[in-house]
Amino acid sequence: MAWPLIRLIPRQTHFRFVKWAPVAAAISALLIAGSCVSFFTQGLNLGIDFKGGIAMEARMPTPVPLAELRGELGRIGVHDAQVQGFGSPNSAMIRFLPEAGQNANAEAAEIKQKLVAHFPTMTMPAPSVIGAKVSGELLGSGFKALGIALVLMLGYIWFRFQWQFGVGAVVAVFHDIILTLGLLSVLQIEFSMTSIAALLTVIGYSMNEKVITFDRLKENLRKYKTTPLRDIIDLSENERLSRTIITGSTALLALGGTMVFGGPVLFPLVFTMTFGILIGTYSSVYIALPLILVWGVKRGDEEATPIKLGAGTRP
Amino acid sequence: MLTLSRWKVTAVILSVIFGIVFSLPNVLPQKTLDALPGWVPHQKLNLGLDLQGGSYLLYEVDTDALRAERLTNMVEDVRTTLRNDQIEFGELGEAGGVVRVRITDPAKVDQAVSLLRRSIGGQLQGTVTGRDTTVTNNGDGQLELAFVPEAAKADAAKAVTQSIETIRRRIDALGTKEPTITRQGSNRIVIQAAGESDPARLQAVIGQTAKLTFQMVDETVTQEDMVAGRIPPGVVVIPGTQPGEPPIPVAKRALVTGEDLVNANQEFDQNGAPAVGFRFGGSGARKFGDATTRNVGKRFAIVLDGKYISAPRINQPLPGGSGIITGNFTPESAAELALLLRSGALPAKLNLEEQRTVGAELGADAVRAGAISLAIGAAAMFVFIILAYGLFGVFAALALVANVLLIVGIMSMTQATLTFPGIAGLILTLAVAVDANVLIYERMRDEAAAGRSPMSAADTGFRRAMVSIMDANITSLISAAIMFGFGSGPIKGFAWTLSIGVFTSVFTAIIITQVLIGWWFKTARPKKLPIA
Repeated sequence: MAWPLIRLIPRQTHFRFVKWAPVAAAISALLIAGSCVSFFTQGLNLGIDFKGGIAMEARMPTPVPLAELRGELGRIGVHDAQVQGFGSPNSAMIRFLPEAGQNANAEAAEIKQKLVAHFPTMTMPAPSVIGAKVSGELLGSGFKALGIALVLMLGYIWFRFQWQFGVGAVVAVFHDIILTLGLLSVLQIEFSMTSIAALLTVIGYSMNEKVITFDRLKENLRKYKTTPLRDIIDLSENERLSRTIITGSTALLALGGTMVFGGPVLFPLVFTMTFGILIGTYSSVYIALPLILVWGVKRGDEEATPIKLGAGTRP
Repeated sequence: MLTLSRWKVTAVILSVIFGIVFSLPNVLPQKTLDALPGWVPHQKLNLGLDLQGGSYLLYEVDTDALRAERLTNMVEDVRTTLRNDQIEFGELGEAGGVVRVRITDPAKVDQAVSLLRRSIGGQLQGTVTGRDTTVTNNGDGQLELAFVPEAAKADAAKAVTQSIETIRRRIDALGTKEPTITRQGSNRIVIQAAGESDPARLQAVIGQTAKLTFQMVDETVTQEDMVAGRIPPGVVVIPGTQPGEPPIPVAKRALVTGEDLVNANQEFDQNGAPAVGFRFGGSGARKFGDATTRNVGKRFAIVLDGKYISAPRINQPLPGGSGIITGNFTPESAAELALLLRSGALPAKLNLEEQRTVGAELGADAVRAGAISLAIGAAAMFVFIILAYGLFGVFAALALVANVLLIVGIMSMTQATLTFPGIAGLILTLAVAVDANVLIYERMRDEAAAGRSPMSAADTGFRRAMVSIMDANITSLISAAIMFGFGSGPIKGFAWTLSIGVFTSVFTAIIITQVLIGWWFKTARPKKLPIA
């Protein structure tokens, strides 16, 4: 076959992944610390889905140009505005989150004034306060579900592989969750319902990465019974590298189109997912697998041989 | 493995036909769709509120009724408190939002005031010692009891919060519809439900208070007594839920209330008629058991929102705390009542204020941009995978197209709601589906590099990759199942799309690719694996 297949990497690679794991661990620790600091000082930029806000109806004698209205609200700088058609084409519902510390009614009046200046025929009845779409109970049940799911996944990995693998996977997934939340917090990206979806996608992708790599590791552990664990981890990761890069690239390509052409509404979702794919791939290679070295694994009938973390050994 | 067994080929052809037939309504113009015969599937993807808009219901929590009820309760509380302490009183009643009572013995007025201050009402929300009621002495033994203004506000706020949670439980139990429920102002609730998701049914489920009580029928009161209006104190005459049923006299005091229910389900009675089975927990079961033991042979009425559903005779004690409600049910109405009982009563009546249609949250422009960009992304993905694997890449791309068709087909058929978060689930599904093919192909390369013949390399590659693919997908399925079971709203939609995706991707990435590659081996008889 004379098909010019592209190859992003040579057939065989010999990267020493484990050697760099301590460096990666240090970087990860720093990033996690940074994420936590940002998370606890400035927190997440919770959107109207969580905090509730102000709803105003806009009426016009002619159909309301929704896209133009959206654009105008963005130009005025209204925080997290959502525009929806309402009732008839001649009316629309605007919902927004008042700036912290501002008088909501004063801000609503100001926005109304600016909008009427731009759309002279627009009338706006009195604004009303609306509650959050996502209540504490709903969010709580979501986190509970997530927790149970993680525990069950840990159980499954334990059953299929060994407990060290399960712990490695869950620690790495937590690492991804924290860093993704950290990113949202540092950049103050609006945290909305779609951010939750993005977060779930990140977890799903990351878990998939881990399980796939563990599978190869398990196989190699059986194949090379006497090779040191760290070498087997390196070998497995090198063998998986081509697959990781191709899968990661296709996933990023699928998202890339949306990132460039999807418009401002979709951008936060896609941006978070893109970051998640990168971080999920990274944590598989540098966190989940090297972490197994800390406890050692059972091979055949021998006992697990944890490495010593003392001087002279580098995990 | 690569042998083209008949069932595999049949499964592939059938599934692709299924995918096309059930996805087709989504791309055909409405006119063509209407012209098609009835046996052709007509169901389109059920888009969530965020993607297509829907109906908007504005309810007001009837706080006046709530207040009236609390005042009535206060009258009863005052009566029992004073009676228990043997303080004589008269002229007890409520009017204009306050409860008045006259203490007949002037020597006991001060005692009564301090007693009532202590025992009537409760602690005011947000305070440590403040009480939510005031007791004033107007002289001459006249006492006046009233709620402080903050208490009324706190009551209303609590009622709205409770109503929102109850409504959410009720709607969630209806299925995969994903309404948004928000508070508006101090005592209003906005419910936005996607598309044509049957606003009438929604209203039927939301509008009922669903206060269930079991009350003894007073059989000493005759039909003539009722007509003549000779109703003894402590008895009340209530109508039936079905038109044409005679009203019956029942004891005012409820034996057991729906608050003690722990479960309710649609069942069938011994005659096969639809009924609602219920179970009380803990103290409710004890109360229900005692009451049915004490009253064997008598009738009790099962009362919903002030109307009786049925008034059966107690044939034997029901110590287990469970029983069934029979009445004139259809399977649907029984299921609906069970749902209402399970999700609990609303704390106050809800009045429908307004019903309108709303547009999609994202707007047509944003949805179009999203669709176009997704198409561009998919195209880039296809080009990439074909560049990476050549002919086998084409097979993977075909499998991916089949995957999308199947997901869209299944989601249209089951009418599961596709929401914005669901689309994220879809992207994840496609990424993982591609991964399955990549795993298979990389395995084949490994096996070919190890010196196997093309056929054997392809075969072994499939078998070995299968283990990883299964592990990864079972892990996904676990998390999807949990999120579906415990999560609600947006998380549920995500989980549902993900679970469908797990099954379709395993099928398409493994079986379809296998059949295509098997067929290619049969016709081309290659000497070398094209990806080696």
